[in-house]
Amino acid sequence: MATVSLKKLTKRYGNMEIVHGIDLEIADREFIALVGPSGCGKSTTLRMIAGLEDISGGNIDIGGRVVNDLPPRSRNISMVFQSYALYPHMTVRENLGFSLKIAGAAKDDMDRRVAEASTILGLDELLERRPSQLSGGQRQRVAMGRAIVRDPDVFLFDEPLSNLDAKLRTQMRTEIKKLHAKVKSTVIYVTHDQVEAMTLADRIVIMRSGHIEQVGTPDEVFSRPATRFVAGFIGSPPMNLHEATVSDGKLVFGGGDSLPLPGQFKSKTAAGDKVVFGIRPDDFYPTGHGLSSGGETEVHRVELPVSITEPLGNETLVFAEFNGTDWVSRMLNPKPLKAGDRIGMSFDLSRTHLFSAETGKSLRS
Amino acid sequence: MDENASARLTRRALTVAHRVGLFLAMFVICLPGIWIVLSSLRPTVEIMAKPPVWIPQELSFDAYIAMFSGIGKGGIPVLDYFRNSLIISVTSTVIAVAIGMAGGYAFARYRFRGKSGMFLGLMLTRTVPGIALSLPLFFLYVRLGIIDTHIGMILAYVALNVPFTIWLIDGFFRQVPKDLAEAAQIDGCTRWQAFWQVEFPLARPGIASAAIFAFLTCWNEFALASQLTRSVNSKTLPVGLLDYTAEFTIDWRGMCALAVVMIIPALTLTYIVQKHLVGGLTSGAVKG
Repeated sequence: MATVSLKKLTKRYGNMEIVHGIDLEIADREFIALVGPSGCGKSTTLRMIAGLEDISGGNIDIGGRVVNDLPPRSRNISMVFQSYALYPHMTVRENLGFSLKIAGAAKDDMDRRVAEASTILGLDELLERRPSQLSGGQRQRVAMGRAIVRDPDVFLFDEPLSNLDAKLRTQMRTEIKKLHAKVKSTVIYVTHDQVEAMTLADRIVIMRSGHIEQVGTPDEVFSRPATRFVAGFIGSPPMNLHEATVSDGKLVFGGGDSLPLPGQFKSKTAAGDKVVFGIRPDDFYPTGHGLSSGGETEVHRVELPVSITEPLGNETLVFAEFNGTDWVSRMLNPKPLKAGDRIGMSFDLSRTHLFSAETGKSLRS
Repeated sequence: MDENASARLTRRALTVAHRVGLFLAMFVICLPGIWIVLSSLRPTVEIMAKPPVWIPQELSFDAYIAMFSGIGKGGIPVLDYFRNSLIISVTSTVIAVAIGMAGGYAFARYRFRGKSGMFLGLMLTRTVPGIALSLPLFFLYVRLGIIDTHIGMILAYVALNVPFTIWLIDGFFRQVPKDLAEAAQIDGCTRWQAFWQVEFPLARPGIASAAIFAFLTCWNEFALASQLTRSVNSKTLPVGLLDYTAEFTIDWRGMCALAVVMIIPALTLTYIVQKHLVGGLTSGAVKG
């Protein structure tokens, strides 16, 4: 078990810098998710930690040992690949025991550890099969088993669930969480799926274009996004984000509509400031169909036309037209609505976000 | 007749037609081989007869007995030729496959300057007909003093086969997912171990086919060998066939007998190696 520390970690291909000197401290036994859109450098970062990519600058420290130039085998890590990367010419048993065989482990020790891992992951029945005879979920479990058997300091996961169907993905997500509770090791988990990151991780690292946008617990990145990008990336359906200008205690939107300037931002803005206003669908709801936030003092009510609805059973996503565009809202205890209906909508202004239009940084403290 | 019965009948008729068609195709393909074997067992009169004699009247192993009987009794130094062929073909195949593996792996896995140019260059060497090289090679070999030697023939055949083995093996290494070698390195392998433990076993069908092709090229090559070999020191079996041509006569039966002797090892080797040619071994390595 070990801490992982990245200092000014940089990756360049020729003149192109992909990862721009990122710093990150990961505690022992922590589950960290690296999340971001395609091409944000999260997989490259993971591969640098694994030793599969050379680093162009900075430092990688695993368990107090600088491993910058060590080959992957000397880092005591294990990795689960997106493609699973099972050895097709070996049985499940041989796949699981491969690292022990290479390390020259004794036969009975090898058998014992393979048996342990296979029991944890429910692979006992499959040990003599080859990867081609396994389903996607089973292959995924073998890949995880192969990682466990090594008893590594750090587990690295590279989008391990993205090849599974939606139902299996949810199931494997739970298994990964249970597994982490059982083996209690440091985990670095790369995904582009914010739901996976939110549900699994102790802390989430949101990356964009080779920079870290924010590091925080799932609650922090959801409730207090540091940048406009994080606000838009985390949460489903995504936060409503619209540009506005501060004017005389009001936020005036491009289309002419306006909202009162939320109290918490009064001291942080000046008239004429260009800002981006953000409100989650949970905090913008048909009146009487939302969650009480406790900040009821700052609810702003307006009547708006419904443009479309998406019923989900327990709730309905209502797209209401405000300032000429559709704003998504979450309607709890839903009642039937038609396009064109005019309904009362509530903006819970105490739970809104403002970002600088120029820098994208949050204006909340 | 009811619809199902007629459909059943059509299906049966199609099956029969399919089998007859297959038999005819196989017959056409196999006929030259069968004809060579038959010709090696029947007298010249029957071989040369017009119209051809399809059913042999008498069969004998005279040609085979004569072949091994030694010089003066109608024999040729077939064991020497066989040894030369074997040494030259096996050695050049081993070298060509070794170079092919190294080259194919490099082309499949690494990025380097001039890669596509080099690959194209290698392929272009295949466009030059071997026979066009025989005269320059002859002069070169005379100067170097390696005319009529094993080493000379091995060099020529390695050069002939390397572009082909590199091209074929490159394709097979490309099919082995890169993730597998990386997973092996994480599992504790060095780059070298990862290659031998994971990538090599998966590319084995391709390497085996490259080896068969290279071997057969050397084993059957005539044009270059007829120019670069002189004596029993290095003459190979195909060149040995010429021993059956005299100034005015050609001993077709003897030639066919030697051809059979040549075919048997090639056939045996192909048979042994073909079980390694099972494709689709990498299925299940990655994704679903």
